[in-house]
Amino acid sequence: MEKRKTFSYARYGYLFSIPFIVAFMLFWLYPILYTAIIGFTDLKGIGTTKFHFLSEPFKNFKTVLTSASFKTALRNTVVIWIINFIPQIVFALLFTAWFTSPRCKIRGQGFFKIVFYMPNIMTAATVAVLFQALFAYPTSPMNDILTKFGIIASPFNFEVSKTSAKLIVAFIQFWMWYGYTMIILISGVLGINPEIFEAAEIDGCTSAQTFFRITIPCLRTILLYTTITAMIGGLNMYDIPRLYLNGGPDNATLTTNVYIYNQAFAGSYMYNRAAAASLIMLIIIAVCSVAIFQMYKEKDPTKVDRKRRHLAAKKEVTE
Amino acid sequence: MKYNLSKVKRVSKPVLVIMYIVCIFFAILSLLPFVVMLVNATRNTYQVQQHAFSFVPSKYLLDNLKILNSKDTFHPIRGFINSLIISSGATVCAVYFSTLTAYALVAYTWKLRGAFFSLVLAFMMIPMQVTSIGFYQMMYRVHMTNNFLPLILPSIASPSMVFFMRQYMIPSLPLEIVESARVDGCHEFRIFNQIVIPMMKPAMATQGIFCFVASWNQLFLPQILLTNKQRYTMPIMVSLLKGDIYKTEYGAVYLGLTLTILPLFVVYFLLSKYIIAGVALGGVKG
Repeated sequence: MEKRKTFSYARYGYLFSIPFIVAFMLFWLYPILYTAIIGFTDLKGIGTTKFHFLSEPFKNFKTVLTSASFKTALRNTVVIWIINFIPQIVFALLFTAWFTSPRCKIRGQGFFKIVFYMPNIMTAATVAVLFQALFAYPTSPMNDILTKFGIIASPFNFEVSKTSAKLIVAFIQFWMWYGYTMIILISGVLGINPEIFEAAEIDGCTSAQTFFRITIPCLRTILLYTTITAMIGGLNMYDIPRLYLNGGPDNATLTTNVYIYNQAFAGSYMYNRAAAASLIMLIIIAVCSVAIFQMYKEKDPTKVDRKRRHLAAKKEVTE
Repeated sequence: MKYNLSKVKRVSKPVLVIMYIVCIFFAILSLLPFVVMLVNATRNTYQVQQHAFSFVPSKYLLDNLKILNSKDTFHPIRGFINSLIISSGATVCAVYFSTLTAYALVAYTWKLRGAFFSLVLAFMMIPMQVTSIGFYQMMYRVHMTNNFLPLILPSIASPSMVFFMRQYMIPSLPLEIVESARVDGCHEFRIFNQIVIPMMKPAMATQGIFCFVASWNQLFLPQILLTNKQRYTMPIMVSLLKGDIYKTEYGAVYLGLTLTILPLFVVYFLLSKYIIAGVALGGVKG
């Protein structure tokens, strides 16, 4: 009797997972496999649905990997991601150190957190067009400020300089994400057992020692999580480069996703090449994830108490 | 944190001042673009051309609105309604079915449970854009482009939300309650709807906000699927503001931008505390 009962309940486990599994297979698994197949075919042209496999199976992949614009796009994506991620993690760690240190009670922390995080929630498309307006040539708020304070004599054309275009896209990414990273890291620090900090205090550690020898090693898991999610997000950068200058000037802000979009939907309708490029990106993302994982994996990683982190975050809401 | 505060050495005054200066600088950095946008939305082209940077609002808000309306390409209200339909639909699907899937993972012991959970974790890593070509072709074949359903239904399978819901459910759902409801003869599906859902409400609300915002801000997939202007969502509408028609209408462009993120401003100012706490709970990346 008892046994039959557990069996019948197990049935509900399968039953309740069905919607997820069906949606997963239909909207994720099938499109991924379909994309993979298209990568090996001759599918191109608007409105085409029929395709044939190529006699030379890896032709699309070769075309993509040897194309100058894909190489530029990949280089741009990586460069823009790195010049946004390094200051992002540095400032996020700095604010984390300040906001969680018992040696300084910065007032208005709640306000700062809300303000720092705000850009993250705003539509990236809008932010990109807004920054284009802010840095426009010849009349824009940025040129207005720079000329008013005499930093530059005449308005600077930010849109034709390759360097400034890249830097602005990287800056927008930084600006949108540093608050998010900071909040994740703060919640990580709140999850560390306070006794460790007390012990460090008794032993006479300086704040710098406490931060570099205790806080950062304890944040290993959270840092890993942040790096991997930021890397995946960065390699998929699309909204900002696309709407800021549409990959320009002279492909300086062309990212791989803008490249994929252009191949498939902007004029040329090369679905097969776009699919091949998507698969190449998927492989790059997988390899990078594993590499980052290995980089963080060291002997005896100090684990952050997840439950404590949850409790601390909950307490913050009720306070 | 339980520190003995009297023993803790405080940082010196000058250091503290520097800390405040840096914090305030970053606060201004985060706010300034939005402030400039809001102020310029009320100024006309001439004023913006003279001094693009100003803190003083002017009185041309309504004129800018008229300019936006007269061009007949940018329709913030239509974009708002389209985005609202897609985001609400996606949020309801994601929140309900993720909770249901998490419940299946937590409350029942079944053979493939571990394998299924590993699948959910692995699939959290796959970015949506990678599947877009196949997704587009599939939807094109079944004539579902320019339909909202392909943007709503995939959220039934939201792996990161299932993961979050499972983590939240394990400590906070006492299985004894489920057990006693069973003894009272309650059907499993009714137990979920009437007992589990109310207990999961805080988590569902938090995840609901993030899902809604992420769906609202999405550009890549709507842009490839929705080609009919009547179906444009708010982020696609933004790209219209870049067109030649608005090249000289500086004030109107700022107003248009303001209108596209106005709903998000409202949501953020009402719920910022919960949103920040939600981010801190982890597992959300748009």
